[in-house]
Amino acid sequence: MADKKGPETWQELIPGGMVFRPGSTREYHTGTWRSERPVYDTNKCIKCGICYIFCPEGCISQNEDGYFMADLDYCKGCGICAHECWPGAITMIEEG
Amino acid sequence: MAKQAGMEIAFAAAEAVALCRPDVIAAYPITPNTHMPEHLSDIVAEGRLDCEFICTESEHSAMSACCGASGAGARVFTATSSQGLLYMGEIIPIVSAMRLPIVTALGNRALSGPINIWNDHSDIMSQRDMGWLAVFAANGQEVIDMVIQAFKIAENRDVMLPIFVNLDGFQLTHMVEPIVFPTQAQVDKFLPAYKPYAAVHPDNIVSMGSLGMPDVFNEFKKAQDEAVINSKKVILEVWKDWEKAFGRKYEPIISYGAKGADVLLLTMGSMTETASVAVDEMCKEGMSVGLLDLKLWRPFPSEEFKKAVKGAKALAVMDRAVSYGGTAGPVGAEIKALLYDEPDAPAITNYIIGLGGRDVTVEDFIKMGKEASKAKKGKPEKAYEIYGARGS
Amino acid sequence: MSIIENFDVYAPRLVDQEEFYAAGHRACGGCGEALAIRLMCKAMGRDTIVTNATGCMEVTACMYPTTAWNLPWIHVAFPNSASVGAGVESALKALRRKGKIADRYVQTVSIGGDGGTVDIGLQALSGAMERGHDMLYVCFDNEAYMNTGIQRSGATPFGASTTTAPAGDESFGKKAWKKNVTEIILAHNVPYVATACVSYPFDFMNKVKKAREIKGPCYIHCMAPCPTGWRLPMGDCIKIGRLAVETGVCPLYEVENGKYKITVDMLEPLRPVIDYLKPQGRFRHLTPEKIEEIQARVIMECNKIKNKVDSLQSWDELG
Repeated sequence: MADKKGPETWQELIPGGMVFRPGSTREYHTGTWRSERPVYDTNKCIKCGICYIFCPEGCISQNEDGYFMADLDYCKGCGICAHECWPGAITMIEEG
Repeated sequence: MAKQAGMEIAFAAAEAVALCRPDVIAAYPITPNTHMPEHLSDIVAEGRLDCEFICTESEHSAMSACCGASGAGARVFTATSSQGLLYMGEIIPIVSAMRLPIVTALGNRALSGPINIWNDHSDIMSQRDMGWLAVFAANGQEVIDMVIQAFKIAENRDVMLPIFVNLDGFQLTHMVEPIVFPTQAQVDKFLPAYKPYAAVHPDNIVSMGSLGMPDVFNEFKKAQDEAVINSKKVILEVWKDWEKAFGRKYEPIISYGAKGADVLLLTMGSMTETASVAVDEMCKEGMSVGLLDLKLWRPFPSEEFKKAVKGAKALAVMDRAVSYGGTAGPVGAEIKALLYDEPDAPAITNYIIGLGGRDVTVEDFIKMGKEASKAKKGKPEKAYEIYGARGS
Repeated sequence: MSIIENFDVYAPRLVDQEEFYAAGHRACGGCGEALAIRLMCKAMGRDTIVTNATGCMEVTACMYPTTAWNLPWIHVAFPNSASVGAGVESALKALRRKGKIADRYVQTVSIGGDGGTVDIGLQALSGAMERGHDMLYVCFDNEAYMNTGIQRSGATPFGASTTTAPAGDESFGKKAWKKNVTEIILAHNVPYVATACVSYPFDFMNKVKKAREIKGPCYIHCMAPCPTGWRLPMGDCIKIGRLAVETGVCPLYEVENGKYKITVDMLEPLRPVIDYLKPQGRFRHLTPEKIEEIQARVIMECNKIKNKVDSLQSWDELG
């Protein structure tokens, strides 16, 4: 669980419950939800980006070598990437 | 130079809205407020008002479209009555919680069943706890004044709340009265362009309408309550500005010979004028009677009210809606709760009058006033009376 | 093995890398709808305002004080995404005309689940489409009221078991066929309607882009599988969407000015519908007779579309 700020006083609340911080859900690490985690065989990965397209979290991006990998802070372990990976470069293993 | 006209009040209200230069109007017709959106659409069609007029397919969509438009930073207006108000009812508390300053004119009409298109206050009373501000107009001049004031009050950065301007259906909406209109220049000076607190637009990204978990919801409601309470300061300021600009005075409670009177009548809306004639008659007979015209319903002007009834021995509260099986009519219950802890509060008689357009005459008010004057504290005849119900 | 043709393999790398729908949202793992929204946003770009009906996507994305949305977003209530959108679109028109906001086009996109579109939201959607607002409405169809716990909606398919139309000894699940909202909206004479499926991301994104270019009300009905509600393993989300298209349950087509066009070729012959039904727990109770009934209906609906493709002309040609 990401660090939660203490509850705001009523005076500190933004009127109408508006949220002026776009993309701020990133403060919450959904990676703590998963029971399985993707592991990558870079020998098989063809860097096509299919896993990146199909990730509902949008947490897959390319590392310095161009391989697409999930950000484990957010990866919920759904396994869509492993299912869709053509060359079978992704395997889901149980979270230790 | 102010323009005077003899005009049907609903049309006049539309002209007043047009003077406020709304950006978007989304409305659905329902008797008796229909002449307001109709005349507004005429004004737009004639090219006198640069505004997007959306003829929505229901009241629910009308208020929803107003939310979208207000959320996008537009000045918006809508009008409805009775069943239409209930149909948009799901959205009503949301507008207040989202702090969208939507001005809504209500042509007060009875809630169905049986279906009845005539005037009473059951529609506005059903929305008492929705977090909207509410004012009541007693005549045509007050209607147009209050409509213009409403935008200024609602849009004030210290308020940011929606507001109902109540005008009695048919009794006001369809009456022709002499009305003094401010000029466009005067209204532009009084009511500058709307500067929203936030608006959905890619240039300043905001999410509106978030989920409130139990750990913050309570605080949101507290903040909303405080906002409604504190809006009174702004309302009084706006009324002062209005008096300076146009010479007409507005107060939360207008006294008609009430100071020092033994017996007070309390009315809201157009019945006030009939009651004032009755008060004159009773005074001629030697009674010590006065009239309180309640203009500000939400936030309730507690301090002003306590002051206004101080020293009175009897108070007749005229409700125009029923709270079935309750302890009093909606306004009666509000006032009894307010005066509960006041030492020497007057003996209160609560009448529910004029339901579904039932005519209430000067004679009726005289009868009620005389009856109320005989009331003894601690010995109420009954909690409330639906006045004039045959058979009772 | 996926059906994506070879030349599409590297297409993901051409897609805009900006994430308008941030991670950290509370959707279930493997949520088809969250993915669909993420992809839709990439196709829409920054100059968009989104109105959202109450539903899974609203509660999981914007819980005060955070929001997953990197776009301006407004949620009001359940049945009114389209009317809120109509209000936003009108306000943008008025404010731009009066010089109160930047003088550039910003698109209004209203989104809702099948609940907020097909049932309780249908009135608002119909009104907005009829009035001709320049907006796009996208329905993310996961075939039940998922957010409140998998209750039956008008978009729930025949025979599916939901919590309010469950399978049991006396019932086989939903007794009525799926409401075809795409055709209902087309009957409003809008310039563009389309069906889509999140398992065909480029087809979907192209349709969103096309709708953006078209002036007037547009409607896209996007199937978004829900592993939780459809009782599937999370990782099968995309696979089941693909099977829906391959079996003809979810034909992918678009209608521009009345001209029908199938955008992802239907297999000849279609895969048997049982391939689509079998992996899903919500259909597990179906008898062979019911499956046959479904098979017949699926084939008929596909033939209906093929028939329309062949015989219906564009409205411009008929005018």
